[in-house]
Amino acid sequence: MNVVIMGCGRVGAKLSILLDKEGHQVTILDPDSYSFRWLPADFGGTALLGNGLNEDSLKKAGIEQADVFVAVTQGDNRNIMACQIAKHIFNVPKVVSRIYDPLRRDLYITLGIEAISPTTVFAQMLKEKV
Amino acid sequence: MYIIIIGGGRLGYHLTKALLDEGHEVLIIEKDAAISQTIISELGGVCLHGDGCEAAILEDAGTNRADMLIAVTGDDEDNLIACQVAKHKFNVLRTISRVRNPEHEKIFKILGIDVTVSSTRLILEHIKHELPSHTLMHLLDIQEKGLVVVEVKIPPESATVGKQVKELTLPPESILSLIIRKERKPTVATSSTVIQAEDQIIAVTRPESEEDLRAALTGE
Repeated sequence: MNVVIMGCGRVGAKLSILLDKEGHQVTILDPDSYSFRWLPADFGGTALLGNGLNEDSLKKAGIEQADVFVAVTQGDNRNIMACQIAKHIFNVPKVVSRIYDPLRRDLYITLGIEAISPTTVFAQMLKEKV
Repeated sequence: MYIIIIGGGRLGYHLTKALLDEGHEVLIIEKDAAISQTIISELGGVCLHGDGCEAAILEDAGTNRADMLIAVTGDDEDNLIACQVAKHKFNVLRTISRVRNPEHEKIFKILGIDVTVSSTRLILEHIKHELPSHTLMHLLDIQEKGLVVVEVKIPPESATVGKQVKELTLPPESILSLIIRKERKPTVATSSTVIQAEDQIIAVTRPESEEDLRAALTGE
């Protein structure tokens, strides 16, 4: 699978590493080169400096051939805008976004974007532990 | 009309003032508590403190009875989401968004935002107009119809000077509507109008034909 990931924070980097280890073609985008410190030296994917809301950066990241696009920046609105660009301009078959705010998540689902809210997921997991 | 404005920065503030003067009912939604307070003390109770991208805040603002929502924050992504929430959840008929990065206008259009205004592009156009090498200026987008209104200045050395309008090959769906001449009243262009040096021609065309129209009028 060709996967483009936007946002190289802890989650973006970890996901890249997992997918790379499984043999997928991974490209991770971040506007700050310092973020790539989360990637190990033996990372087999591509780390690309760029903004995921920028069509040229996305093209460089190979979005036109991507099977999956994942947006995991800190900004919910940024994630959802990037996902809509991936879906509606580049016709990426599967787009997934992290959405911190569970209230917003419902709306994004109505906009046709698969959204995961770590807030809800983690709260549920914690509840099961106590 | 009831108009909701997202973002109480300079643009939102002055827009609100102008719309209030015109007699509209206006509400600004502003994220920053201090800015909200300033607006309330200066303009009265026309500001709601909160995030205009959130459905709950938009609900409090009575968005379902709003005739129009205008998003003018400094972040394109926030403007986009506010307009989408207004459209999809509250069925607001008309959404207008400020777009800072001109490249983003395309996705806003695809996603159904009714009108986009790119401040960057407007400023660029105006500066370019002051450069002698630029003969075409973008005046207006008629976005719903996919048309633009442009102004073309005819340089004195143009091959078209002295020719009649009917001798020119204009791109399809382009109409010369007005010619403004030095020290003369503006005149409506007809097929027998003769192009003169320094004419300012106001024309309607399709956005993709702008360059062809400029070339046809200046004879390049």
